Amino acid sequence: MSSMNDQARRDFLKKAAAAATTATVAPGVVLHTLKAQPRTTAVTSKVRWGMLIDTSKCADGCTDCINACDKENGIDLVDKPEGADDAMWERQRPHWIRHVKLKDNLTGRVTNLPMMCQHCEEPPCADVCPTGASFRRADGIVMVDRHICIGCRYCMMACPYKARSFIHAEVAEKLTHTPRGKGCVESCNFCVHRLDNGQATTACQEACKHQAIVFGDLNDPDSAVSKALKAYPSVAVRDDLKLNPGVRYTNI
Amino acid sequence: MTGKHGITLLAILAVGLLFGLGTAVAGEAVEGTAKADKLDHCVEPTPVMRRRHFEFIKHQRDLTVHQGVRGSKYSIAGCVDCHARKDAAGKPVPVNAEGQFCDKCHDYAAVHLDCFECHSTVPGGK
Repeated sequence: MSSMNDQARRDFLKKAAAAATTATVAPGVVLHTLKAQPRTTAVTSKVRWGMLIDTSKCADGCTDCINACDKENGIDLVDKPEGADDAMWERQRPHWIRHVKLKDNLTGRVTNLPMMCQHCEEPPCADVCPTGASFRRADGIVMVDRHICIGCRYCMMACPYKARSFIHAEVAEKLTHTPRGKGCVESCNFCVHRLDNGQATTACQEACKHQAIVFGDLNDPDSAVSKALKAYPSVAVRDDLKLNPGVRYTNI
Repeated sequence: MTGKHGITLLAILAVGLLFGLGTAVAGEAVEGTAKADKLDHCVEPTPVMRRRHFEFIKHQRDLTVHQGVRGSKYSIAGCVDCHARKDAAGKPVPVNAEGQFCDKCHDYAAVHLDCFECHSTVPGGK
């Protein structure tokens, strides 16, 4: 009898634990209140990660988001290959966020914005990839599977946002959560290691002291990003291509 | 009676031999400062790991990259975390360095280790 009770208790605890895990992987603010757990189930399309960037808050000369991204994803550990030309290195070094400065020649108004992978619903990179290495995860994150990337760089040519970089030489130091090696293409993955481990922020969003970046689940009407998108007019860059990007901008 | 004794003796010898071999091999593989030092075996029994470790992590990589599953039994980060030793100064030694855990067999069998062209060779990052 006692052992049966024990069993019932155990089952209850198991179910309670399972419920807590489900709450952890569910999107939204709840994530912060529970201890972050690594995912044990596959991502689903219930969530679509996305971002809204307010360019009016994005300060001229500030590179906080880019620096944070470089550090988070080990991009600062990629050294210039020996004997490489300085100018060529500057053009070809990896970057997941580009600083884009726009100037309206008529009015002189200057706009700054971070441009990263726009995590399209219809990603051209995945369209052209001959091996299936470029793909879109169920939760909307466009990624490169380096295990099957052959480094052909079709995706770099196909991306209208110039979001992708190529790793030209062997990388001596790399982070556990961001593997990186010679001959593969890479781009912003919305700090996927954070999301998969139960966090709901990206490094760039955290680093932005101007609060120009809002990140969250586009499918959750109560998420900060959905509310902001509902409240303010926003645009998709190169909307004409009908790619339905997950990153949107206001005030450009 | 003698036969029974003989069988018992043989059994004891066999168990002793197995035990001796087991500790000798395990000692070589996990001795020193690696976390694996304190464990009897890996996520699967040692013979299974020896034969199938590459299958385990190959399946795992697809689950992790494409489906975001991180909290599972097999992971290359787990291999490195557990099997990397430290030097006298407490600095982790890469698992693929000469004579280290991964290198020892791979070098002997002349099987090229592709994993570490991209993956970190020491625990926790750099």
